[in-house]
Amino acid sequence: MIKVTNLYKSFGDVKAVKGISFEVHDGEITGLLGPNGAGKTTTLRMLYSLLPPDEGEIRIDGLDPTNNAMAIKKTLGVVPDSRGLYTRMTARENIAYYGKLHGMSGADISRRVETLVETLDMSSFIDRRTEGFSQGQRVKVAIARAMIHKPQTVLLDEPSNGLDVMSTRALRRYILGLKAAGHSVVLSTHIMQEVAALCDRIIIIADGRIAANGTAGELMEKSGCDSLEDAFVSLIGSEEGLLA
Amino acid sequence: MRGLLTVYNKEIRENLRDRRAIFNSVLLGPLLFPVLFIGLSYFAVSKQQEKAEKVLEIPVVGAQHAPNLINFLKQQGVVIKAAPQDPEGAVRVQEESVIIRIPKQFPEQWKEGKPAVVEVIADPSRRGTEIAARRVNRLLMAYGAQIGQLRLQLRGVSPSIQTAIMVKDVDLSTAKSRGMLVMLMLPYVLMITAFTGGMHLAVDTTAGEKERKSLEPLLITPVPRWQIMLGKMSATATFAFASLALTLISFRFAFPLLPTGAFGVDLSMSATAMAGILLAVAPVVILAAAMLTTLAALAKSLREAQSYMGLVFMIPMIPSIIFMVNPVTPETWMMSIPMFSQNLLIGEFVRGEPVSNLWLLMSMGSTLLIGLAFAAIAATLFNRPRIVFSN
Repeated sequence: MIKVTNLYKSFGDVKAVKGISFEVHDGEITGLLGPNGAGKTTTLRMLYSLLPPDEGEIRIDGLDPTNNAMAIKKTLGVVPDSRGLYTRMTARENIAYYGKLHGMSGADISRRVETLVETLDMSSFIDRRTEGFSQGQRVKVAIARAMIHKPQTVLLDEPSNGLDVMSTRALRRYILGLKAAGHSVVLSTHIMQEVAALCDRIIIIADGRIAANGTAGELMEKSGCDSLEDAFVSLIGSEEGLLA
Repeated sequence: MRGLLTVYNKEIRENLRDRRAIFNSVLLGPLLFPVLFIGLSYFAVSKQQEKAEKVLEIPVVGAQHAPNLINFLKQQGVVIKAAPQDPEGAVRVQEESVIIRIPKQFPEQWKEGKPAVVEVIADPSRRGTEIAARRVNRLLMAYGAQIGQLRLQLRGVSPSIQTAIMVKDVDLSTAKSRGMLVMLMLPYVLMITAFTGGMHLAVDTTAGEKERKSLEPLLITPVPRWQIMLGKMSATATFAFASLALTLISFRFAFPLLPTGAFGVDLSMSATAMAGILLAVAPVVILAAAMLTTLAALAKSLREAQSYMGLVFMIPMIPSIIFMVNPVTPETWMMSIPMFSQNLLIGEFVRGEPVSNLWLLMSMGSTLLIGLAFAAIAATLFNRPRIVFSN
């Protein structure tokens, strides 16, 4: 459960986020859809407490990221835009490192890694050093290390960036599995099909503001268009995002 | 503190698998420096011996004017060569290192009992010719002195009347204090090692982490940022310390291999001296790790960080060079200068002098203080968004 009220953030003269409010419910997948540079990543960074907001309020399961950063970080699973791995360590060691950083015991970690290897289908490469991994393999490891501590809320920043069709399908199956297990999931993306295939609720962000907020059906109705793509273009008022 | 330890263990383990990190801290200091050191000593000693023992072949201009002098030189083992057309030119282009010229007036001056002029043509600014020129001078002086004494005796005067003062050296330097080259070089090498040993880790754990895009996910874990930074810095300091200890050990084994007589004495490093040096330089390791980490974290990219590292090399060099150029007698107040005091202390330890606890404590304390100040700055760096998201 996430509640965001009237969020603002600037970097020098650049106003990245200008008054964003929305809610995310458990057992739902919420998509932040918007062109590149719309403020999606900045909003997510404020949610996972890496950036303090200039103004506004964030509550994740009742906790404030600015004052309860440590507590929030324990309940969040984050796959940020940066998902670099340590190439001199195996996939298993990469994931276990994050388990230890979350204060988990060795036994807990190995049990949890086994489960993740199974759900994310990583058995063929889990004990290989991550040097030379494919994009798909890297995203799987990044997701596994973000999920090692069984977080209730999951934030994914453009998770399918650079993935081939098969990996994208596997990723979507996994995200739908999280929803079924009652997690609340937020993902940012600029890919329309992804939103259509996954999201219960869509928040369209353009130029640091919320352009629209609702289910796919509601958005099409509101814009008077009969495809989500047309609705998106009409709601943000330009075609710029589609070229990205 | 658990997060700090986790980060520390991971950085140590990961970097032990990195060939470049191993090269920097295990090979560069501990192997390269002692080998270089022994090699240079052998080279210097053999050069010197070669020059001192080599048969002198000297061209002489106007040999016919002083046949007795020429005979004397031949008796002393000098080979007399025919002189080139342009003696000055031959020396200038380094065809010959030394040429003797006996002017026409020589026989006349000699007969009249006036000082007879003999010219020695050489260029003392060329290092290689120094020894030959000095040997020629010495031979000529010896001949002159010999003839002078004979002349006095012929006139019934005791030659010793000429020696108004007799200078006698009383040598007080202990055997160990004569290993000058070592004493100047060793502090320098050790201080550099304290920096180079951790250099690779300092860059890899900060700028490297940013470059491979693993810093942001790391900072989302519930570990306070200062613990993450201190864990990284401790790993850097550990590698630097290991590098320093290995270098000391390898010097200990290298000393017996030095050419005997290179420094007029056989050097050795006792276990006590080693422990003392390690203790004295340990705070420098912390200072170095904190400085390197701060610099590398401030860099926008891996490349920028690496170019900073080249400059950092200079920091330990400055005090060492000041000490090399201007060796001072250690005094208590000097012990409060970080990196300079270690130069003095290492010298004392190698000389086998008893080092006062006050000096050791002052040196360690002042260096540690600055090291911790830098560490405190570094610990806050990951709180700045500019550093985390600089790309």
